[in-house]
Amino acid sequence: MVNQVIFFYFAVVILASAILTITQRNPIHSVMFMLLLFFHIAGVFVLLNAEFLAAVQLIVYAGAILILYLFVVMLLNVDRESTAARANRFWPWMAGFGVVIAAEVILLIVRGTFPSEAGQQPMRLAGSGVKELGELLYQKYLVPFEVASIILLVGLVGAVMLAKKRASD
Amino acid sequence: MPTLYQQFMQSMMPILPEAIVIIVGLTVLVFDFFIEKERKSLLGWYSLAGITIAAYASYTLMPMSGVFFGGTFHFDPFATFFNFVFYIACGLGILVSINYLEVEDIHRGEYYALMLFATSGMMFMASAGDLIILYLGLELMALSIYILAGFMRGSNRSNEAAIKYLILGAFSSGIMLYGMSLLYGLAGTTNLSGILAFLRVADLSNPVIFLAMIMLTVSFGFKVAAAPFHMWVPDVYEGAPTSVTAFMSAGPKVAGFAVLLRVFLYTFEPLREHSTAILAGLAVLTMAVGNVMALSQTNIKRMLAYSSIAHAGYALVGLAAGGPDGAASVMLYVLIYAFMNMGAFGVVIMLRKAGERGEEISDFAGLGKTNKTAAFLMLIFMFSLTGIPPLAGFIGKFYIFKSAVQAGLVWLAVAGVLFSAISAYFYLRVIMVMYMHEPKESIELSSAPSLALALAISVTAVIVIGVYPTDLLNYARASIAGIM
Repeated sequence: MVNQVIFFYFAVVILASAILTITQRNPIHSVMFMLLLFFHIAGVFVLLNAEFLAAVQLIVYAGAILILYLFVVMLLNVDRESTAARANRFWPWMAGFGVVIAAEVILLIVRGTFPSEAGQQPMRLAGSGVKELGELLYQKYLVPFEVASIILLVGLVGAVMLAKKRASD
Repeated sequence: MPTLYQQFMQSMMPILPEAIVIIVGLTVLVFDFFIEKERKSLLGWYSLAGITIAAYASYTLMPMSGVFFGGTFHFDPFATFFNFVFYIACGLGILVSINYLEVEDIHRGEYYALMLFATSGMMFMASAGDLIILYLGLELMALSIYILAGFMRGSNRSNEAAIKYLILGAFSSGIMLYGMSLLYGLAGTTNLSGILAFLRVADLSNPVIFLAMIMLTVSFGFKVAAAPFHMWVPDVYEGAPTSVTAFMSAGPKVAGFAVLLRVFLYTFEPLREHSTAILAGLAVLTMAVGNVMALSQTNIKRMLAYSSIAHAGYALVGLAAGGPDGAASVMLYVLIYAFMNMGAFGVVIMLRKAGERGEEISDFAGLGKTNKTAAFLMLIFMFSLTGIPPLAGFIGKFYIFKSAVQAGLVWLAVAGVLFSAISAYFYLRVIMVMYMHEPKESIELSSAPSLALALAISVTAVIVIGVYPTDLLNYARASIAGIM
């Protein structure tokens, strides 16, 4: 019961800060709401008995990635608030469509059941779960783990290729 | 007693083809530093050699079959069949690129590396035995293609194509992950066989199962460009460099069908009647949108974009028909489609010469008089895309519609034939412009040994498969036997 109350708090704040992130006109404010978002996602991980993932979430996203965003915002010197229109004239239709889809999804999930153990309650591990996670990553999920490393490499190559200034430009 | 090294090599055998493709991609990135700008085509030939070696590895390993790496990775004839299609798409893609990149002055080594990484992603998708590797393979492919679509950094259209594809692709990935998380909550596993075992005993009135299936349909439909998830296709195909468009219209689409076949005909087999209804509806809509919208296009790349949507629709007909026959017809179709589409884009690339765009259908005017070979090749590819016998396109459509009729979906086959008839208008219009119109000015074509080789391979395949499809169809049937 207490868990559910805490979960709803996290869920509401996550949704609200996500919406605020994309609707703010000032990019610094957007980044700050994103920080709030990341903190609360870490909270959800704690609720799911995944303390290690919560810490990773904070260190990697809130710590590293968000600071990078802030650097970019400052380096690009986006001091003026953007005044361009944020949405075209169809947005009420689109928002309505989104609400209908969301309502359908909620209805179906509420009426459905999740029979498996994983669908009932979070897995509980002895200790912090770091050892179990490592064993899974390096044994059963070895191939996906290696594919993920190639994905990161592709991201790196792409960022350098698309953004680097060249002598010919 | 085998040494540790032997044990390691033994356990790595199933991913040998993927590993070769990735290692060649990594070495391309390194060699890129040492090769001066004028000789970058060496990297293209090197990548092509790598693809050939990987194909040879797949060929030698063909007798092996099984599930590896804790159930996350299938090495079976089905995956090998699709790997061969990916080698063909990537190999032809490299061949049509070498000269084009020179013309556009964007010849850089990363291009080939990204193409190889995208190909390895597709191979992981076809071999996936687990939702996690399925998703990661898809992201590896998609991320590489987003970058390739924006490879012409100086062009606004190319940038627009890349951003549009990235944002919509991220949405579709989000929907896919939601669907996958629901499946995990239902089945308690991300393993495809595990989910099948769950669905066999599950209470199928549980609406969450259908929600998960619909979410996966949406995201795979996005990747294969099925209507109504096709909105990105015309803009991205038009804006991306033409060689990337050629690769994009063959590779990722085929990979999407590999995943659709494995997930819908294998894992979702207990949901057969429901998935048939969804897939048949998607097929009709996709054929309608693709063929009708293609009628009014004046840009050849946009026309071929809508044509590729229509072809996804035909392949969906085979998927809706299901069963070993339907699956084999889809596999044969995507292979034929890769050849004929690559060939058509190859001719479009021939018309592209520095300074001129060569992307309007009117640019083809009088090609039949000024360059007989190019016009004749285009004629073959257009006839094949329409589905005129004895070319391969006809064979592909024939088996698709035949399997639909056998599955009792006569109305679907009739719709497919009707839409094929509509498609004759816009394919034959290109031929009419080439042979009936007077040339506007003398068009100089860019030709290169690599491009000529790609066109020769494609046109030979289109004719040979058209005349003699039996062996290939039997091979596709044999490949599907393991999973159905």
